[in-house]
Amino acid sequence: MGPADVDRRNLIKRATALGLLAAPAMGALTSCASGGGGGNEKISGGEKTDQNPLGVNEKAGLEVVIFNGGYGEQYAKDAHKIYEGRYGSVKHDATQKIRTTLQPRIIKGNPPDVINNSGAEAMDIASLIAEEQAEPLDALLDAPTLDDPDTKIRDVLVPGTITKGQFGGEEMYQLNYSFTVYGTWYSQTALDRLEVEYPKTWDQMLAVCAKAKKEGIAGWTYAGKHPYYFAFTMYPFIAKIGGPDVLKAIDNLEPGAWKHDAVRKAFDAYYELYAKGYILEGTPGIDHTQSQTQWNKGKALFIPNGSWVENEAKKTTPADFEMRVAPPTSLDSSDAMPFETVWAEASEPFMVPSRAKNVPGGMEWLRIMLGKESTANFTQLVSALTCVKGAADGLDLQSGLASASEVLKAAGENVVAPRIHDWYLELHKDKIGGTIAAMMAGDIKPAEAVTRCQRFADETAKDDSVRKYER
Amino acid sequence: MATGAQVTAGPAGSGTPDGPEPPERTSAARRLRPAEIPLFVLAFLLPPRLTPSRVKHDRRYRTLDKYRFVCGFLALPLAIYAVFVVSPFVQAFYYSLTDWTGYSADFTFVGLENYERLLDDSDFWASLTNSLTFLVLAPALTLGLGLFFAFMLRAGGRRARGEAISGVRGAKFYTIVYFFPQVISVAIIGVVWAAVYDPITGPLNEAFRAVGLDGLAQNWLADPDLALWSVLFVLCWSFIGFYVVLFSAAMGSVPKDIYEAALLDGAGRTVTFFRVTLPLIGDSVRTGWIYMGIQALDAFAIVHIMTINKGGPGNSTLVTPVYLYKKAFESAQAGYATAIGVVLLLVTMAFAAIMMLVGRRERIEY
Repeated sequence: MGPADVDRRNLIKRATALGLLAAPAMGALTSCASGGGGGNEKISGGEKTDQNPLGVNEKAGLEVVIFNGGYGEQYAKDAHKIYEGRYGSVKHDATQKIRTTLQPRIIKGNPPDVINNSGAEAMDIASLIAEEQAEPLDALLDAPTLDDPDTKIRDVLVPGTITKGQFGGEEMYQLNYSFTVYGTWYSQTALDRLEVEYPKTWDQMLAVCAKAKKEGIAGWTYAGKHPYYFAFTMYPFIAKIGGPDVLKAIDNLEPGAWKHDAVRKAFDAYYELYAKGYILEGTPGIDHTQSQTQWNKGKALFIPNGSWVENEAKKTTPADFEMRVAPPTSLDSSDAMPFETVWAEASEPFMVPSRAKNVPGGMEWLRIMLGKESTANFTQLVSALTCVKGAADGLDLQSGLASASEVLKAAGENVVAPRIHDWYLELHKDKIGGTIAAMMAGDIKPAEAVTRCQRFADETAKDDSVRKYER
Repeated sequence: MATGAQVTAGPAGSGTPDGPEPPERTSAARRLRPAEIPLFVLAFLLPPRLTPSRVKHDRRYRTLDKYRFVCGFLALPLAIYAVFVVSPFVQAFYYSLTDWTGYSADFTFVGLENYERLLDDSDFWASLTNSLTFLVLAPALTLGLGLFFAFMLRAGGRRARGEAISGVRGAKFYTIVYFFPQVISVAIIGVVWAAVYDPITGPLNEAFRAVGLDGLAQNWLADPDLALWSVLFVLCWSFIGFYVVLFSAAMGSVPKDIYEAALLDGAGRTVTFFRVTLPLIGDSVRTGWIYMGIQALDAFAIVHIMTINKGGPGNSTLVTPVYLYKKAFESAQAGYATAIGVVLLLVTMAFAAIMMLVGRRERIEY
C-alpha cells in the first residue's frame, strides 16, 4: 500500500480522534441544557381600579397550567370563564407531568402565568424561590376579595395558609388552595357493626382493635409502598403527647429532637399495633389504592389518610360506608394537647412565575379562584375544602368532607402543621417514612426507630447541600 | 494492487506528467510551504470542480482528494454524533463540577466538591452496592438460563433419524413465547409484576395459598431480605427471552458436522454443550454479557415502578440510577446528580472494558 493510503482501520481511528477533538468545540457551540434564553417580554399592566385592583391588562391573554390529578381540571376551567368575562382569553393546559413540561420553560424564561405546582412531579418550590423564579403573592393578599371590596384576601384565608406559602421569609410564594385534614379515617358503619365508638385513648384503640380481630377484621392498614402516609397520624400524635414544640424542634432539625419522650411513646404505641397483630396482613407491600380498597372492603377499620381519600376512593367505596375522619387517637390523659388536636393544612399549591408574561393576570386569576363562586364550585366538584374561611358553610357536603369540616371546627386553635414534609422532602419521605415503615413491618423496634430518625435528621442538618429553614 | 488503485484514483492522477524528479524536491514536496496552506485548505473545503488548477496539478492533490472524499462523507454523521452524543457527555462532566439546581440558568463552579460528597454519601454507596450486585448476578443468571433454554431448543430433543441434533418438540413455539417479555414495554412489566407480588391480592401468594403452602406466601417487595431478589427476578425474566433468541440463532450457525463429529466421539449433551457449543458461540455470549451488564446497571424503570418508596424498604433495592433521579428531581441537586451519572458512566465503561479484555481470544472460523 502506498504511504498516503487510508485503510479502514486507520480511517476509523482518525475519525474517532476527529470526533473527540470536535466535541469540546461543539459543546461550546451548541446551546447547553441550562442555557438561558432571552425570556418573555412582559406585557404592560392595565389601570388599577376598584374592579381591577391588581392592574391587569384587560386585553392580555393568560396561560394557566393545572395539575390534572385527584382534583381534575374542571374547577379551573370554570374559573377561566369568569376571568375571560373581564379580561383576555385563557390558554388552559392540564398535565400530570408538571416538572417535565414546565421545568425547561422556566429555565428558558418562558413560563406560563399560573402553575398548579402539585403532584408527584411538583417542582421543588424552595429552589424556585432561591432562583428567583417565583413571584411573591403579597399584592394578591392585600387585594380586596372578589365579593367584598372592603375585605382583604389576607383576612379571609384560613390560619396557616399564608405561613404554608412562606419559605423562611415574610413573602408568600405559593397559594395553597385546597385545605386538607389529615387523620384517622374510618367507616361509621363498620364501627357500628362492632358496636364501638371511635377510640379516644390508646387503650380504647387497642380494645377496639382486639374486638375487631375476633371478628376477623384487622385494626389498621396503610399505604405500605408510600410509608410517609403514616406521618398523617403519627406527627399530630407526637404533638398531642408532648405539645406542639416537639414538632417544632423536629422541623427545625434540632439536635435530639427525635429523642423526646413523646416520640418514643408514640412509636411504642403504634408498634403495639404491629406486635399484637392488628395490622392487616400484607400491608407493608401494598400501595395507597390497594390499602384504600381493602379498607373499603371492610378488611381493616382505620387508615391514616388525608381528606382527598373520599374522592380518590369513590369507585370502591360502598354506598353505606359512611366515611368519617377523626383526630388521631390520644395516648392517655397525660397528653399535652386535647383529643381534638388535628393536623390540617392548606395544600394544592399554585404559583405565579416571576418571569411570566402576565404576572398581574396570574394573581387576578387566583383572586377569582378565592371568590365565593369558585370556592363553592371547587368544594362541590372535587369534595375538598378550600383555604377560604367558612367557604363550605351551607353547602351540601359528602359524609367524609362534612366530618372533616366538623373536625376542623372542633379543633379550633389546636391545629398543628408540621413543615418537615415541604422543607425536607427527602428526609420526610424516604428516611423517616422508611424508618416508620420498617418499624410497622416489624423489622426494627421502636428504640431503633428513634435512633434512626435522629441519625437521619442529624445527617440532614449537617448536609450543606440542603437549604435550611426555621419556624 | 496499491499502484493500480492509485492510477485509477482520479482523473487528476492520470493527467499529471510523471517525470523523474530529483530526490531533494521529493522531500520538499511532502511539506507545504506556508504560502500554499490557505490555497490547499480552500481546495479541501470547496467542491472538486472549483479546485484551483494550481492545486489540481500539484502532486499532493491525490492525497487531498482522497481525504476530501472521505471527510465529505463523514462530516455530517460526525457532526450529528458530536452534537447529540459527545457534547451531552462533555456537558454532563462540566455540570458535575457545578452546584446547578436544575431550576435556572445560574450556577457556580465548585470543582470536585460533588465527588468529595459522594465519598461520604452512605445512600450512594448503598445504591452502588445494589447496582454492582445486579451487575454480577443479572448477567450470570440471565445468560445462564438463556444458554440453557437455547441449547434445549436447538439440541435438547430426541434425536430424529439422520440428524445429529434436534430441538425439543415445539421449539419454534417456545422461541416465540420466550420472546414475549421483550415485546412488552418495561413500564408495563413493572406494573404487572408489582401486582403479581402484591401480598394481598397478588396471584403469586394466592397460588401458594391455593396449594396449601401458606408459609411460602411472602411480602415480596416489603421484606428487606427478599425485595432485591424479587426485583432481580423480574429483571432476568424480562431479558431471558432476548438471549434465548440470540443464542439460538448463534447456535444455529454452528455447522451440524461438528456436532456429528462430537457425537461419533461419544460426547453426551453436557459435554457437547461445554466443549462444542459454548466455545463456538463465545463471541455472542460475551456481547450478550456486556449488554446485559449495562441493562443491570440501569434497572431504573423496574425499581422506580415496583419497589416500596422507590428503592426501599430502607435502601434495600435502591440502585444508582434511581438515586440519581431522586437527587436530580426530588432534591433539586442536578449538579450532584450529574456527578453520580459520571461515576455510573465510568463504572459502565470499566465493566465493558474488562469484559472485552477477559473474553478476548482467537476467533474460530467455520
